[in-house]
Amino acid sequence: MSQNEILQCRDVTVEFDGFKAVQGMNLDLHKGELRFLIGPNGAGKTTMLDVICGKVKPSSGRVTFGEKVDITKKPEHQIAEMGIGRKFQAPSIFSSMTVLENLEIAMRQKRSVAATLFARLSSEAKDRLHHQLDMIGLGDKSGHRAGGLSHGEKQWLEIGMMLLQEPEVLLLDEPVAGMTDKETDKTGELLHEIALKRSVVVVEHDMEFVRNFASKVTVMHEGKLLKEGSMEDVQGDERVAEVYLGKRRDDYASRSTA
Amino acid sequence: MAWRQWTPRQWWILGGYAVATAVLFAAPLFVSDFRLNLLAKFLAFAIVALGLDLIWGYTGILSLGHGIFFGLGAYAMAMYLKLEASGGKLPDFMSWSGLKELPLFWKLFEPFGAAVALGLLIPALLALGLGFFTFRNRIRGVYFTILTQALVIIVTTLLVGQQAFTGGTNGVTGYSTLLGYSLASPDTKRVLYWVTAAALLGVFLFCRFLTGSRFGKVLRAIRDGENRVRFIGYNPALYQTVIFTVSAGIAGLAGMLFVLHVGIISPSMLGIVPSIEMVLWVAIGGRGTLIGAALGAILMNWAKSEFSTAYPEGWLFFMGALFVIVVVFLPKGVAGLFQSPPPWLNPGKLLDRVRNGGSGTRGGPLLRLLRKKDNGKSIQSVRRQAE
Ligand SMILES: Nc1ncnc2c1ncn2[C@@H]1O[C@H](COP(=O)(O)OP(=O)(O)OP(=O)(O)O)[C@@H](O)[C@H]1O
Ligand SMILES: [Mg+2]
Repeated sequence: MSQNEILQCRDVTVEFDGFKAVQGMNLDLHKGELRFLIGPNGAGKTTMLDVICGKVKPSSGRVTFGEKVDITKKPEHQIAEMGIGRKFQAPSIFSSMTVLENLEIAMRQKRSVAATLFARLSSEAKDRLHHQLDMIGLGDKSGHRAGGLSHGEKQWLEIGMMLLQEPEVLLLDEPVAGMTDKETDKTGELLHEIALKRSVVVVEHDMEFVRNFASKVTVMHEGKLLKEGSMEDVQGDERVAEVYLGKRRDDYASRSTA
Repeated sequence: MAWRQWTPRQWWILGGYAVATAVLFAAPLFVSDFRLNLLAKFLAFAIVALGLDLIWGYTGILSLGHGIFFGLGAYAMAMYLKLEASGGKLPDFMSWSGLKELPLFWKLFEPFGAAVALGLLIPALLALGLGFFTFRNRIRGVYFTILTQALVIIVTTLLVGQQAFTGGTNGVTGYSTLLGYSLASPDTKRVLYWVTAAALLGVFLFCRFLTGSRFGKVLRAIRDGENRVRFIGYNPALYQTVIFTVSAGIAGLAGMLFVLHVGIISPSMLGIVPSIEMVLWVAIGGRGTLIGAALGAILMNWAKSEFSTAYPEGWLFFMGALFVIVVVFLPKGVAGLFQSPPPWLNPGKLLDRVRNGGSGTRGGPLLRLLRKKDNGKSIQSVRRQAE
């Protein structure tokens, strides 16, 4: 429990109608850390992120954020306001609004009705929005309807929105799923940049992608913590190979015989 | 100044609004008293439509209970008018029902100012209460809509059942004066028309302010993805409750004006069918655009008054058919045509589309259908080039 800790999940258990999707899971995150959360399908990775951002209430366990506040009892919008940002697996942007409008409402600001009624876009805020637009490579699409963007662009827009939200902890669920190689590379660059300033948890299936980062990796399996360490440690671990990489080998085997 | 950078299109739109406003206020000069009275009623309907558009068009929450908010405003004004017409005596329907004394809550509506305030506040507070409990508990979509219908049934049942206090099925009618001016006089009617036109303009500008603000953007964001809004840090329930309350207050205002022009309010004028009709005006005019909602209400009611006298049976079929056509081909209503005009309305754009193989992303199913055709053409032209 060092000073440097920003997020602490202790003994988190989540039940869906008696089925334990997550069981006694622990996860600690330091300030400025980039962490990968990996594991086979149904391991409980998404559910774990859901717990941290308040979407799912755990049946037991604690999640403390910053100054030792248990956030499992708080509503989602308050958790978001406290500084935990979440990107879902499927890109979810506001499709009927323009790219710029999407960023504008995501931008860190007072979220009350009175504040948004009389909010004006200061030139400083405009600069920030345009800087962000350039960073996510949508500089020339600010007036486009967000729903008309390509899959990759939508993902970047969402990442841009999250960054403007300025969370202390960023939770990203499979940010490169469904992206082309080029888009994946670009997302990797974005991620490097993001991780300089905040703590990030990334759920990822793409091992190649994870290998690009010298970061700690947490492996989940059947709702439990299986292994935590560097990528080499994890890859060298027998149990991990069995449940995770082994499963892949089976996949290959079944595919080649088919 | 910002207007220096306006595009010709923006100037055209401004010009259009200016002309529309001028016509609106000048109507008494060239319309018969009878027609003016009808038009005034339609303007009151346009005001409800604007309020309904805020909650449905912009926030994506369908209320089939706006007849009630409209009706409560109407009853507030009707009670004031009835008391003034009764001149200190007990209103006629009360004595027929055997009441000896004016019920306490009727006394609240005796001063004009109080009646107007209550006509706004009662619908707004009712919506606030309903909204608070439903939105906070994340009841929405069809479930919310069903609840608003339940509200309609409860309120109309109360109004019909409590005949001694509400006038029952006959409603409240038989007014004579407003603040001492005869309601029957053409001069009063003209002034009331202008008051209604001014109210419509005021509500329009107010809605414009709301929808143009960042608050309005949050509303649209809620329509697109309520959960996502929550994870940005906004509390959608708060925004939904606020806009539902505002929308109900606007409906109440419209109801008050309606009674002044029509001279009667009864439960049948605020029941389920009127509530659904209000939604149809907005759907056909164009939800998500204020001008579409307002014009939809005015034109649909004008058409109704023209048609339904000639073919009372045919009108409902016509309206139903129109609704189906709009839903299938023009999801953004008639106003949507002007926002992103389909190619067949704009030859220049059509040519452009054909040349570029339709790379646009806007528009409804009709547009997409046409675009598919464009794609076919461009493929053909590519083939031709290849040959
Ligand atoms: N709302 C829910 N109701 C019931 N079961 C659920 C629910 N959400 C998740 N589960 C189950 O919990 C388990 C963990 O799901 P989760 O989505 O967290 O896995 P994951 O590690 O993200 O998998 P993937 O790699 O496929 O995204 C799965 O077996 C899933 O079927
Ligand atoms: Mg998942």
